[in-house]
Amino acid sequence: MKNNFEGATMTAEMPTAQLSENDILIEQAYEALAGEAVSAPENGVVNNKKPSKWEKWKANFKRRGWILLFILPALIYVIIFCYAPMYGILIAFQDYGHGDPIVGQDTVWVGWENFNMFFSDPNFWNYFTNTFLLCFFGFIIGFPLPIIVALLLNSLRAKKVKKGLQILYYAPHFISLVVMVGMLKMIFGSDGLLDKIAGGNGLELFLKPEAFRPLFIFSGNWQDFGWSAIIYLAALSGVDPALHEAAKVDGASRFRRIFSVDLPAIAPTIVMLMILSIGNLMSCGYEKVILMQTDGNRLTSEIISTFVYNFGLGNDGNPGLGTAAGLFNSVINVALLVIANFTSKKLANQSMW
Amino acid sequence: MDGKELKALKKKNKIKESKTDYVYYSICGVILLLLAVIIIYPLYYIVIASVSDPSAVVNGEVWLYPIKMTFSGYANLFNRSDVWQGYFNTLVYTVVGTVFNIVLTIPAGWALSRDYLPFRKVIMPLLIITMFFGGGLVPYIAVCTALGLYQSPFIMIIGGGVSVYNVFMCKSFFQTNVPKEVLEAAQIDGAGEVRTFFDIVLPLAKSIISVMILFYAVGHWNNYIDALIFQVEPDYWPLQTVLKALLETSAGEGEVAAEQFLIAKQVQFTSIIIATVPILILYPMIEKHFGQGVLVGSFK
Repeated sequence: MKNNFEGATMTAEMPTAQLSENDILIEQAYEALAGEAVSAPENGVVNNKKPSKWEKWKANFKRRGWILLFILPALIYVIIFCYAPMYGILIAFQDYGHGDPIVGQDTVWVGWENFNMFFSDPNFWNYFTNTFLLCFFGFIIGFPLPIIVALLLNSLRAKKVKKGLQILYYAPHFISLVVMVGMLKMIFGSDGLLDKIAGGNGLELFLKPEAFRPLFIFSGNWQDFGWSAIIYLAALSGVDPALHEAAKVDGASRFRRIFSVDLPAIAPTIVMLMILSIGNLMSCGYEKVILMQTDGNRLTSEIISTFVYNFGLGNDGNPGLGTAAGLFNSVINVALLVIANFTSKKLANQSMW
Repeated sequence: MDGKELKALKKKNKIKESKTDYVYYSICGVILLLLAVIIIYPLYYIVIASVSDPSAVVNGEVWLYPIKMTFSGYANLFNRSDVWQGYFNTLVYTVVGTVFNIVLTIPAGWALSRDYLPFRKVIMPLLIITMFFGGGLVPYIAVCTALGLYQSPFIMIIGGGVSVYNVFMCKSFFQTNVPKEVLEAAQIDGAGEVRTFFDIVLPLAKSIISVMILFYAVGHWNNYIDALIFQVEPDYWPLQTVLKALLETSAGEGEVAAEQFLIAKQVQFTSIIIATVPILILYPMIEKHFGQGVLVGSFK
């Protein structure tokens, strides 16, 4: 992808003049250096044989292996905080108490009991459908909205207005969930603004199960439609203006050009994000749901991840059950991602891996 | 057809064309403006409610402009020691935590952007897998507990130390924005990997570092859940957790006397503002770095 802004700052800081003077010299020296490192063995005898892959690797490692130091801290972190918890999935098969070692001498193995307990929970299907519907409706509304916004913004001719709107549209993304839900309650909650305007007879939207999903999805889109549009806007700014000119000459109106120039240009991005979104159809984070959950709306607001939060944590919780439920959810997510990726590979010849 | 006729035809076509476009641009403008209003109004409402007389707010009279302007809400809020403590804690977590994030993320992105990185073919999938699959919440807590991070404020700094997504964003930034020639020249001059990174790469990475600082700092600033799932002592709660408690306790308890209820209500509005303003100040300063290269790179 072209990147004018970064490119400009970069070349400005580059010592260009010096570079061009030494260009050839550097190239020669570099070749010599690389050649030496690869083909001169320890004993000093010149080796004319082409170096094997392993030898090349070894030479490279010797010469530039220090770069591993840069990735090492992050790698160690990921192994401890991402891979060790994967090992911790074993908790799903244990009668685990908070603070126990993941596998120790006293570990009580219970097989699939935790899974059975989760699946035979009378509310299991309720949790399952709640999770799916919340994400699904969120997807139906939240997926096209940023595309439309990006297309409209991109067609604006006044660049300053466009820039100003962009800054405004991105801003809500940075508001915290606590503040977001707080605002939501101040406007839609009991004795909130809407309640008063509607006559103060107690709308109590936060106690109504049927209001939970609209509130959740509406506020989620309010926060993120602008932010999600960034990626499309970036793709749109890579469109060759000549295409627009050509379409104009052919008599295409600006509206028409959205469909014949802009949309085809961002189609690959749309497909890519679609795969990712479908892979996320069962993963709504619990952080916001927890904030919006009340005893009144639990019927629709209890999703699998909030079940884990509500029943799997702390001293009273059942960690084994929580792990099993969480694992069930993430296995579905991975399966969805693989299916979505496979489908798009077949249909659109585009995939993530 | 002579030139005059052609000119007239062109003019006619132009008018016709711009008419349909005119309709389009009008509709487009109206929609975008409407979206702007939808974004601004709730924020505006909180601001005017925070400086209005709380009884007017509770009666729903405040919706377009402040009524009986007062700053007592702010005064009351700043008298609360828990809010101050939360503010202080959040500042510490955000600053130290973000430094920790940057120290882990930027070098990792740089290393991954080089194809001569040994074991690259192993490291890449190792990182990608974590984007799509994880152990889940309970095992994560179990691991952190084993590390002594349960009920410890250090979890607020160490938790979420590396976002693999951000690492990949840095990686593609470095892939497209560090000229090969400069690196080769440095190598000829005898600069090793470490010197190359500090003397050449870092000065070129200002914009990606700014964006990373914004992302991570916002993450720390807005984090409320870690203090709850790790049962951190209230004295060490970050501002958002304090805010959550503050917004929930006084929400609708009839026990509180009417006046106290009003004060509490007003404090809620003001607390939302003081918790959000720092972020909304930081964000536009860094917004200019959202160049395409920085954000688009996150894909692939």
